[in-house]
Amino acid sequence: MAKVSMTVNGRAVSGDVAGNRLLVEFLREDLRMTGTHVGCDTSQCGACVVHVNGKAVKSCTMLAHEAEGATITTIEGIASPDGTMSRVQQAFQDHHGLQCGFCTPGMVMTATKLLEQNPTPTEAEVRHALEGNICRCTGYHNIVKAILAASGQDVSKIAAE
Amino acid sequence: MPKDSGIGAASKRREDVRFLTGAGNYTDDINVYGQAYVYFLRSDVAHGRINSIDTSAASEMPGVVRVFTGDDFEGVGGLPCGWQVTDRFGQPMQEPGHPVLARGKVRHVGDPIAAVVADTLQQARDAAEAIELDIEELPAVVDMKAALNEGAAKVHDELPSNLCYDWGFVEDNKAAVDEAIKNAAHVTTLELINNRLVANPMEPRVAVGDYNRANDESTLYTTSQNPHVIRLLMGAFVLGIPEHKLRVVAPDVGGGFGTKIFHYAEEAFVTFASRKLNRAVKWTASRSEAFMSDAHGRDHVTKIELALDADNNFTAIRTETYANMGAYLSTFAPSVPTWLHGTLMAGNYKTPLIYVNVKAVFTNTVPVDAYRGAGRPEATYQLERVVDKAARELGVDPIALRRQNFISEFPYATPVAVEYDTGNYFATMDKLEEIADLAGFDARRKESEAKGMLRGLGINCYIEACGIAPSNLVGQLGARAGLYDAATVRVNATGSISVMVGAHSHGQGHETAFPQVVADMLGIDESMIEIVHGDSSKIPFGMGTYGSRSLAVCGSAMVRATEKIIKKAKKIASHLLEASEGDIELKDGKFSVAGTDKSVAWGDVTLAAYVPHNYPLEDIEPGLEETAFYDPSNFTYPSGAYCCEVELDPETGKVTIERFAAADDFGNVVNPMIVEGQVHGGIGQGIGQALLENCVYDSEGQLLSASYMDYAMPRAEDVPFYVVDHSCATPCTHNPLGVKGCGEAGAIGSPPAVVNAVIDAIQSGGKNVLHIDMPLSPQRVWAAMQD
Ligand code: FES
Ligand code: FES
Repeated sequence: MAKVSMTVNGRAVSGDVAGNRLLVEFLREDLRMTGTHVGCDTSQCGACVVHVNGKAVKSCTMLAHEAEGATITTIEGIASPDGTMSRVQQAFQDHHGLQCGFCTPGMVMTATKLLEQNPTPTEAEVRHALEGNICRCTGYHNIVKAILAASGQDVSKIAAE
Repeated sequence: MPKDSGIGAASKRREDVRFLTGAGNYTDDINVYGQAYVYFLRSDVAHGRINSIDTSAASEMPGVVRVFTGDDFEGVGGLPCGWQVTDRFGQPMQEPGHPVLARGKVRHVGDPIAAVVADTLQQARDAAEAIELDIEELPAVVDMKAALNEGAAKVHDELPSNLCYDWGFVEDNKAAVDEAIKNAAHVTTLELINNRLVANPMEPRVAVGDYNRANDESTLYTTSQNPHVIRLLMGAFVLGIPEHKLRVVAPDVGGGFGTKIFHYAEEAFVTFASRKLNRAVKWTASRSEAFMSDAHGRDHVTKIELALDADNNFTAIRTETYANMGAYLSTFAPSVPTWLHGTLMAGNYKTPLIYVNVKAVFTNTVPVDAYRGAGRPEATYQLERVVDKAARELGVDPIALRRQNFISEFPYATPVAVEYDTGNYFATMDKLEEIADLAGFDARRKESEAKGMLRGLGINCYIEACGIAPSNLVGQLGARAGLYDAATVRVNATGSISVMVGAHSHGQGHETAFPQVVADMLGIDESMIEIVHGDSSKIPFGMGTYGSRSLAVCGSAMVRATEKIIKKAKKIASHLLEASEGDIELKDGKFSVAGTDKSVAWGDVTLAAYVPHNYPLEDIEPGLEETAFYDPSNFTYPSGAYCCEVELDPETGKVTIERFAAADDFGNVVNPMIVEGQVHGGIGQGIGQALLENCVYDSEGQLLSASYMDYAMPRAEDVPFYVVDHSCATPCTHNPLGVKGCGEAGAIGSPPAVVNAVIDAIQSGGKNVLHIDMPLSPQRVWAAMQD
């Protein structure tokens, strides 16, 4: 057991963790921040994506002690303190970019980071950016549409129904 | 005109806010004070005799509370099967036992042998390594046809063979079908495999068992699509816990696709162990565990023959299918290749004679049960592939051949025992030709060819049967459950409403769509209505959500209950307005007396019901709460036409989906945004089956595709934007909403479209390839093109 300290969603937190404690376990089980999900055990699904020091990271691939001193943002820290959802979150609701919601935290974290780095991505760039995030419900249509809309692009022409 | 609220409006989903902000409440998010964790030691061989299990060292390991084995379940029931199929000869299917923890033998990789309960998961896992197993490996049966050979190893020693049943449907048609095929002008034959899939909802299964000694009550939190079904099966058949002492909660569930319908050993185990230990016990599946313990889907091997007369009219269909049951009968497994498959073999066509034969086979693999579509994708795939092949053999246009044989008059009684109430297959095909821009295909093909690529167009139709019913009929067919659903509408004193529904939402958006219906009926705001689901202690006994039934069945119950509310509220209003009941009208949330300006608001009536000072107490009871159970008189029959356009790289065999269009007839639509989302998701899974996904065992029964490294899930780059349309609506004639169900259509309609398109692309390159089995990986496509 060793002590780790980090900043999660602006709050200083610490805990005693075993050397093999994963960051996602620390978040979900020690901090009881259950918004970050676990969908696989081979670092493939992206349900666990959080931001660590400004980078999108699969929190199942990182040990808690490796995050010592890090600044972390999870899905719980994306909306404004008054509860207003972010542009990406709002676009996911507006465009029905989620169904069961299980992949959604990871999708929002990945998409938020994408738009920081590439504010007006093409459809192909969005799809490519999601290669590490699996969704079983949506067929990706409305996720891609929501991210393009969040970037301010006109999505009304997409596969017009 | 799109509406902005009520039936037909694309109301935004209210559940999204919690999911988007990390506030969802999934089963793994639930922790009970003092809970212990269980780790299941699972078989790593496909078939073996358990000589001994020594748990003594493991029991002494740090943190271990207790180690359980099959012997601890002496006197406890096995996992029950919910459907008994009767075979061609009038005999019941072979129904082996399914112990909670293996006893005597292990029968598939992943079969649970022992369960270690410890203070932490890590401790449980470590202790499991100290269990000493003596398992004598036996020859495994994996291939279905080999499993039926004389002398094949038997999965269940007590059964006569590995044959679960040999089913014929309709047996009385057999001779006439044989005769028609013999005399046909043309017969097209196709042998194909419907590949084994793993449903893979993104949330792995979780179960938390809790026991309250004070009132002798057990609570199971579980990732289920149908909490009451689990309560009934587990309480009555496995553990013998009376239903009033057993609560089953399925909170937010991260996708189901069928695989979370069934009652699983882990649910029974945590409930059993928490009672034994007087301590909550939690189990969370890892994804690897999910691959070897979630029921799989599909896995049919089929030969289909389509007979046509000299004018290309379909005259008969004969099929022979081997359906894999896996090692045990999962909850609804026997119904999938039979009543959910054989009854759909007419498809959209007026073929007068059909005979379906299905041999269900036990193998040393994970049990196979319903996966999105369940039997109907298998029926559609073989039918739409054989029709396409027939068109190619006869040199006729595949769309024209379909149109020529479409059913055109409704109701239509098929030769496979179902009656389609309504539909218009010409309309959906017309719509498809428009939205898929078939007119522009030749130009697009030229463009592809200019780049050295091949381009193919694949078309197919589908018919679905949703909302399986009625209960008395399915009872005759072998169902051991009713198939109604229930809703309670509880109007509160101040006029807000809680609707308790038997349906369960695990992505379908019931919390948004169901209130749209009630709001429309009462003329009040959707936000005044809340849906309660997923907790057996809060909702009426309902059957849950599968088979695209929620709105057609539970929605109908909700309508009936709301009608009762309106009736009673009108009585109260007539008293308040001193008018006769027959003159009361309800509009825009107001009760008024016809032809006058006298009215009373919704909230005044509801308040009067609970504060009955000025109230006809001698005529009616106070309160405003009604329940209805609804048992449909027939299935509903959504239908549609799908089109896929692919580009194929002849150098590598790689297929890219360029365009995908779907024209569906779902009858009336409550929330078009949600309906379109359901279709998108189904198409995504269908493309996955057609191009990527394959659950593979080697000849020893080792599961080769046991993680996302080996099982190819569709990702965002594998699929295009889809064009979907549901404007061709022929409302269902027998339920009050005229709705049909839309959850499975995409997964049913898309695989044949993709395969038909790839075959078309290959043919356009001059190679006479007539069939490739799914998934159409580059390797398979390339290899087929070399022959
Ligand atoms: S849980 Fe981290 S990638 Fe799947
Ligand atoms: S919304 Fe269910 S997995 Fe993406």
